Amino acid sequence: MFTKPIHTKLLYIVIFVAALLLPWYVPDAYIFQVVITSVIFGIAASGMNLILGYTGQATLAHGAFFGIGAYGVAIMTEAGISFWLALPAAALISAAVGLVVGVLTLRTKGAYFAIVTLCFGVIAWIVAGNWIELTGGHNGIYGLGDPTPIPFPFFGPIEFTTQTSMYFLSLAALLVVLFALYRLVYSVFGLSLMAVRNNEPLADAVGINTFATKVISFVAGNFIAGIAGGIYAIMMASVSPSATSYLLTFNFLIFVILGGMATLPGPVFGAFAIPVLMEFLQFLQDYRHLIFGALLIAVIIYFPQGFVGGLRRLNQKIAARRKQKTSES
Amino acid sequence: MELFLQQVFNGIMFGSTYAIVALGLTLVMGILNIPNFAHGHLYMLGGYLLFFFAITLGLGYWAGLVMAVIAMAVVGMIMERIVYRPLNEQPHINAFIAAVGSLLFLESFAMVVWGAQGLRVENPYPQMIDFMGVTMSVQRLLVIIGAIVLILGLHFFMKKTIAGATIEAVAQNREGAMLTGINVNRVSSMTFAISAATAAVAASLISPIFMLSPAMGAILGMKAFIIVILGGMGSIPGAIVGGYLLGLIEALGGGYISADYKDVFAFGALILILAIKPTGLFGKGEV
Amino acid sequence: MLRVENLTKRFEGLVAVHELNFNVTQGEILAIIGPNGAGKSTVFNLITGTLKPSSGRIFLEDQNITGLKPYQIASRGLSRTFQTTSLFDQLRVIDNMLIGYKYRTQLGFWNTLFHTPRWRAHQKEAFERAMETLNFLGLAQKSEQFVPALSQEEQKRLAIGIALVSKPKILLLDEPTGGLIQEETDRVTDLIRKIRDQGTTVCVIEHKMQMIMGLVDRIVVLNYGEKIAEGSPAEVKSDQTVIRAYLGEEVDA
Ligand SMILES: Nc1ncnc2c1ncn2[C@@H]1O[C@H](COP(=O)(O)OP(=O)(O)OP(=O)(O)O)[C@@H](O)[C@H]1O
Ligand SMILES: [Mg+2]
Repeated sequence: MFTKPIHTKLLYIVIFVAALLLPWYVPDAYIFQVVITSVIFGIAASGMNLILGYTGQATLAHGAFFGIGAYGVAIMTEAGISFWLALPAAALISAAVGLVVGVLTLRTKGAYFAIVTLCFGVIAWIVAGNWIELTGGHNGIYGLGDPTPIPFPFFGPIEFTTQTSMYFLSLAALLVVLFALYRLVYSVFGLSLMAVRNNEPLADAVGINTFATKVISFVAGNFIAGIAGGIYAIMMASVSPSATSYLLTFNFLIFVILGGMATLPGPVFGAFAIPVLMEFLQFLQDYRHLIFGALLIAVIIYFPQGFVGGLRRLNQKIAARRKQKTSES
Repeated sequence: MELFLQQVFNGIMFGSTYAIVALGLTLVMGILNIPNFAHGHLYMLGGYLLFFFAITLGLGYWAGLVMAVIAMAVVGMIMERIVYRPLNEQPHINAFIAAVGSLLFLESFAMVVWGAQGLRVENPYPQMIDFMGVTMSVQRLLVIIGAIVLILGLHFFMKKTIAGATIEAVAQNREGAMLTGINVNRVSSMTFAISAATAAVAASLISPIFMLSPAMGAILGMKAFIIVILGGMGSIPGAIVGGYLLGLIEALGGGYISADYKDVFAFGALILILAIKPTGLFGKGEV
Repeated sequence: MLRVENLTKRFEGLVAVHELNFNVTQGEILAIIGPNGAGKSTVFNLITGTLKPSSGRIFLEDQNITGLKPYQIASRGLSRTFQTTSLFDQLRVIDNMLIGYKYRTQLGFWNTLFHTPRWRAHQKEAFERAMETLNFLGLAQKSEQFVPALSQEEQKRLAIGIALVSKPKILLLDEPTGGLIQEETDRVTDLIRKIRDQGTTVCVIEHKMQMIMGLVDRIVVLNYGEKIAEGSPAEVKSDQTVIRAYLGEEVDA
């Protein structure tokens, strides 16, 4: 019922292989860093997509939950807790805060929800900058150690000191998140999210607890943001208030919308294509938000499904035409 | 006592700005059911346009103010036409996203054109007046008086002119107004023009006192949202009372609450109030 | 089956429903009729929890459901359609049906995430029930299509299907043939009869008298929020108060 055409599968396999081999053809350490950041932002944007794209709730607090994950890992590893424990713990804290915020805010609708989550986002940012004892204030926390090596039979311990290892750590997290999202979205459960997005009174009338559905989606999306933030902190070996900033939220939003809202590959594609493109268009760096602001408007008006959604539609049209031809002949 | 009065004066001055900016926002939200997240950024652009006309072109303060207001009215109309009108029939969420796009665009535009550094519009009235022990610069007094004039003018416009009555009719009942043959698109366009123009007035009045910066619109825009949500969407008295109230609370509370966390309390209060009453204090429904 | 006691709903300055009493018995088709603005849809909205009654009580199989949330009432076996056709129009036909069936299953977050055996069983069951209902509606061929590709009649059928797929005990239909031409109306009428014959109690709001006369067992007539008559189609048709209320409208259209 929820299967994909064969050439799409092939494309995914090619991309997967290319991603696995990437450390061996990436030109330099700087670009590699950009790519790793993209993978991490791709995770975060995928979480936002669950809330915004699939469930239709315009959250503007995603950067805050990313930041909670980042600070969580930074503070816990500073306190001597292993990264492998700190990461899930930080993500759970993100989810728990998400639960509280979600229960408080998800009864509001539309614009109110957007503004109230934005308020929470700004609060998180202010707190990160001013609660000096916990967060180190505007300087943040720096000098985080590498994750402890994982003991592994036969091969010996896996170390996490190189960029390549960081890359595979992020990539693995991205794949796990995408796999989980794939299961959630392509299912009756996923349909209930889209039901809330599409027609809330009707969803309510057919027995779906719309409030609970929104809360679950919000908590799950923020859990994912927390994971991304945690990996980001350990990769940068530091964290500062900019990791909770609403500008980060807007960046995630750009990735989700331009890449393709309510598609699984869309936000990941956006998180990759846009920063990598910007690296090649360095001279445009100052005009970054000028361009993306305008693009955001244009895309939402003319291609609300973004790049991947647009491709998909093209694909469907071609398939329909082919079908027509075969039935005619 | 004198310190208290001084704080009240400052509170009224900030409140004047809040009231005007919230006023413009409440009109747009009431009429179009669109949360213009970029409203604070229109205010910011208004300030820079004053700088452009008054200083760069050397027209002087008052001529610059008039030009900035006119230019912003046009910007408002353009924004309505190319950003929001095409999204009228789309899911609401698309309009929020477009609003975020506008906000990024405007902030970045100011950054590219005028730079990230703060700019100063020279204060045309730096003289100080002493009144009942409160010292005030003439410009600060001008902010307060200007706001009152603007509010009265707008009140007159809404109550005594046909254009104003049309706007109110649409604000109260969009479908009903359409049925009576009102051209909603024209009303939208006009409302955006007024909204942006009033933001420009606020910015022009206050920019001789504070530095201009591309980021100055963001927090102010959020505060305007808080005022509008609490005061009731589309409610002009709500926006005015809410604006002055927030100004006073901030000025008087500033001594008791740490300045760093000042905004945390305002935003936190909004979250709690909406948690209890999801449609706002005087909410007439949902967006 | 469904019982309404002294139901009253006041909007600002307007009593939309006033001290209304009626009940729907197991296995029947009951029609609620009345002029425009009589309060019919409001009654549905009160029963389904979309609106809160100003006073009065509602019982479903002798259980008080007054004040419950719409999703709670739906999951007790009371389904409804809306006057203006309401569908998940961004999704496919089959998806609409699956959503309608979801509350019957345990296809929640954890079961879905871990693909538990229960998930497998329920997902399969949901698809089967969805296809079964689509067959019943005559929409099986269209299952993979998106909603906007359907004709108006098909959309009306689908709306009924979303409410029907979860096997409700009672189905409330708000003008199921509104805006349809005669031929289409007849087909939808047959569908409603078939639904009742399968054992679902039906309560329907309608304007088309001819359609009602041939279909329903009993009629409740509302005017200005009050019940002005109740009885078999023949009784109601000859009731003087009803004729007066409809004066100017054709009762026998
Ligand atoms: N949410 C509401 N707020 C205020 N008044 C309402 C509301 N819903 C309905 N009304 C009013 O209540 C009265 C009854 O409306 P209702 O929709 O129940 O009528 P109806 O019998 O279904 O009419 P129709 O045949 O046109 O569908 C009308 O006067 C309507 O304007
Ligand atoms: Mg009705």
